Amino acid sequence: MFKLLRPAFVLLVSLTVITGLIYPLAMTGLAGALFPKQAQGSLIVRDGKVIGSELIGQSFTSDRYFRGRLSATTGTDPSDPSKTVPQPYNAANSMGSNLGPTNKALIDRVKGDVEKLRAENPSTPVPLDLVTTTASGLDPDISPAAAYFQVPRVAKARNLPEADVKQLVDRHIESRLFGLIGEPHINVLALNLDLDRVAAR
Amino acid sequence: MTLVGWAQIALFCAVVIALVKPLGWYMNRVFSGERTFLSPVLRPIENSLYKIAGVNERSEQDWLTYAVSMLIFHIGGFLILYVLLRTQGFLPFNPQGMTAVAPDLSFNTAVSFITNTNWQNYGGETTVSYLTQMLGLTHQNYLSAATGIVVAIALIRGFARASTRNIGNFWVDITRCTLYVLLPICIPLALFLVWDGIPQTLGAYVDATTLEGAKQTIAVGPVASQVAIKMLGTNGGGFFNANAAHPFENPTAFSNFIQMVAIFALGAALTNVFGRMVGNQKQGWAILWVMGVLFIAGVAVCYWAEAAGTTGINDLGLVGGNMEGKEVRFGIPASALFAVITTAASCGAVNAMHDSFTALGGMIPLINMQLGEIIVGGVGAGFYGMLIFIVIAIFVAGLMVGRTPEYVGKKIEAKEVKMAMLAILVLPLMYLGFTAVASVLPSALASIANPGPHGFSEMLYLYTSSTANNGSAFAGITGNTPFYNITGAIAMFVGRFFMIVPALAIAGSMAEKKIVPPSAGTFPTTGGLFVGMVVGVIVIVGGLTFFPALALGPIVEQISMTRNMLF
Repeated sequence: MFKLLRPAFVLLVSLTVITGLIYPLAMTGLAGALFPKQAQGSLIVRDGKVIGSELIGQSFTSDRYFRGRLSATTGTDPSDPSKTVPQPYNAANSMGSNLGPTNKALIDRVKGDVEKLRAENPSTPVPLDLVTTTASGLDPDISPAAAYFQVPRVAKARNLPEADVKQLVDRHIESRLFGLIGEPHINVLALNLDLDRVAAR
Repeated sequence: MTLVGWAQIALFCAVVIALVKPLGWYMNRVFSGERTFLSPVLRPIENSLYKIAGVNERSEQDWLTYAVSMLIFHIGGFLILYVLLRTQGFLPFNPQGMTAVAPDLSFNTAVSFITNTNWQNYGGETTVSYLTQMLGLTHQNYLSAATGIVVAIALIRGFARASTRNIGNFWVDITRCTLYVLLPICIPLALFLVWDGIPQTLGAYVDATTLEGAKQTIAVGPVASQVAIKMLGTNGGGFFNANAAHPFENPTAFSNFIQMVAIFALGAALTNVFGRMVGNQKQGWAILWVMGVLFIAGVAVCYWAEAAGTTGINDLGLVGGNMEGKEVRFGIPASALFAVITTAASCGAVNAMHDSFTALGGMIPLINMQLGEIIVGGVGAGFYGMLIFIVIAIFVAGLMVGRTPEYVGKKIEAKEVKMAMLAILVLPLMYLGFTAVASVLPSALASIANPGPHGFSEMLYLYTSSTANNGSAFAGITGNTPFYNITGAIAMFVGRFFMIVPALAIAGSMAEKKIVPPSAGTFPTTGGLFVGMVVGVIVIVGGLTFFPALALGPIVEQISMTRNMLF
C-alpha cells in the first residue's frame, strides 16, 4: 500500500501540472498568437469602445432595432444588491428559463407575447423563436422568418422603405454549413449595426 | 422532422463510424506499449515520469492493486480540487475576485469532477476563478476521463489474457492515456474551437456598452482548452453556467458538430480496441451494433417529440416544434441529437435546456442514463458498463440452452455474474432510493422549479444523472442546497466506484481463466442473434428497474399534456 504512495504523489502532481497549467497556458499563448480576435471573445470595437461581441446577443427594446429572442438571465438589482432581478442578456450569468412543457407560467407567457406580436404584424404568422427563450439567455441569432416579421415595424420606426430593410435582412442570412449542418440564422447585432450604417447614409 | 435533420444525424453517425478503426488501431498500440508516431517526443517525458515516480513499466498489477492505485489517485485528486475551491480567493489567475466556495458546494463539486460527472450546482462564470477552472477542473477532466479509459482497457485485458493474475499497470496506463491519447487530440481540437470563436484568454471579463447604451459585462476566460477535454473526455462540465448552449462554448453549428463527434469518438473506438485485443474485430463491431440500435431508437423518439412540440404551444397557432430553451443556430434536430448523445455517453454537456424539453423528449435522456450510459458511454465507463450487461446476456443465453456460458473464449461463472449484478443493482438503488427520499422531504421539494409531474422528473433526473456520472440536469431545480449537495455527491461516488471496482474484479477473475476453444455448442457472439439478445436483456433489465419511476414523471406528464392539463 505504501509502495503505491510515491507513484500516486508524483504522477498526480506532474499530470496536474501538465494538464492543468502547461496545457491551458500553452493553448492561451498559441490562441492569442494565431487567432487573437477570437481568443479575446470576438469583440466589436467602435471608436475605441467595446460595444459587444459578435457571438453574444444583446437586449434590444427600441422599435428602431430588430429584437432578439427572449432571455431568462438575471442579475443583481442595481438599487438593492441583495435582490436578484430579471436582466435579459446578462453575459456574466448565462441561463435558460427551464420552464417545463406543462408549466402554466410558460404557456401564459407565450400567449401574452403572441398576442402582442399579432397586434404588431397581423398579416404574418408569429415566428416560434420570437416567443421562446434561448437556452443560454445569450442567443445572438434569430431565424430569417423572425427577422422578416419585424421588417414593417423597423422600417416604419426609421422611415425607410420596407424593401430596403428586407434587402438588408436577405444579406444577413447565414445558411447551413455544407447545406446540411445547423439552421439558417441571422445575427441580430450584426444586422442592427448594418441598419444603423444604412440609415446614417 | 425534416430530411435535412435526418441527413445531419446520418452524417454524424458516418463520421463516428469512420473514426472507429483508426482510433481503435492507435489506442490498441498505445496500451500495448508499442511505438507510435508520437513516441519520439513523448517517450522521454514518459520515461522521466516513471523514473521519478519509481514505476517499473514492465511490472504489472493484479486487479486489487490496480483498484487500490486508482482509488489513492482519486483521493489525491479530490483533495487538490477541494482545497483549490476553498482557497481560490487567495490564489492567482482570479481577475474577477471570486471568493471561497462554500464547503458543501465544494464537496459536491470535487466529487462531481473526480467521478467524471461534472454535475454543476454552481454557475461557472459566477463562482470559480480561472485557476480553479484550469488547475482544478480542466485537470480533473483529463484524469477522470483517463481513469475511465484505463479501467475499460484493464477489463478488456482480463478477457484477452489467460492464466495470469495481472491486468496491467495503473500508473503506466494513466500516464500513456493522458500523454498519448487525450492531450494530442485536445491540442488541435482546442485550437479549432478558438478559430471557430471560443475565447481563450486570462484577461478579465469585458465591459461593453450595447447599441442601446446599456452596460453588458461579457464573461470570458481560458474556455477553449477546457471545452476540448470536456467533450473528448465525456466530462461535460461547462466553463459557463449554460454549458454548450453558451455561444462562447459552442459558437456555431460547426463547432457543435465537431463537439458531438468528440463525445462519441473514443468511446466508440474502444469497441474496436476490444476486438483487436481479443483477436477478432468482429466482436467489437457486434458491441457497436448493440449500441447503435439503442442510439438510433433514442434519437428517433427524441427528435420526433421535439419536432412535434407541445400541445400548449401548438394550440396558440405556432408552428415548428419545441424551441423553448433551444438556440437558433442549432435548431431542433441538432439539439435533440445532442441531448441523446450527451446522455448516451456520460458527457452531460447540454446545448439546449433539457428541463424545457417535451415530456417524451426529456424522457429519452433519462432512459439513456438509467440504462447506465452503455450506448458508447463515457470514455471507458460506457464500455465496461456494456461488458457487464453482456455478461448478464451471455449468462441468460447459457441458461436457455443449459450450457456453461462463454464469451470470447472465457467461461462466465458465478463470480462474474455476481459482480455484474452488484454493479447493475447498485445504480437503481441510488437514483430510485434518493428520489424517493427527496419526494417526501419538504425541504427537498422546495427546490423544485416546475410544478406537477415535471417536478418529480427534475428530482429523478438529478439523482439519475448523478448516479450515472452524467452531469446534465433538468436545471430548473435548485441543487445547491446542503441536502442535494451531499446526497448528490454520495450518488456520484457510489455510481462511479461501485461500478469500477466490480468491473476490475471481473477483469481479475477473467484474466486467471484459461481460454476455451470454440466448439459446436458455443454461442457465437458476433452475429445478429447476439446483438438482439443483448439489446433485449438491456431493455428488459433496464425497463423493469425504472419503468415505474418513469410512469410517475414523464409518462404521466405526456398524458397530461395531450389533455391540455397545465400545472
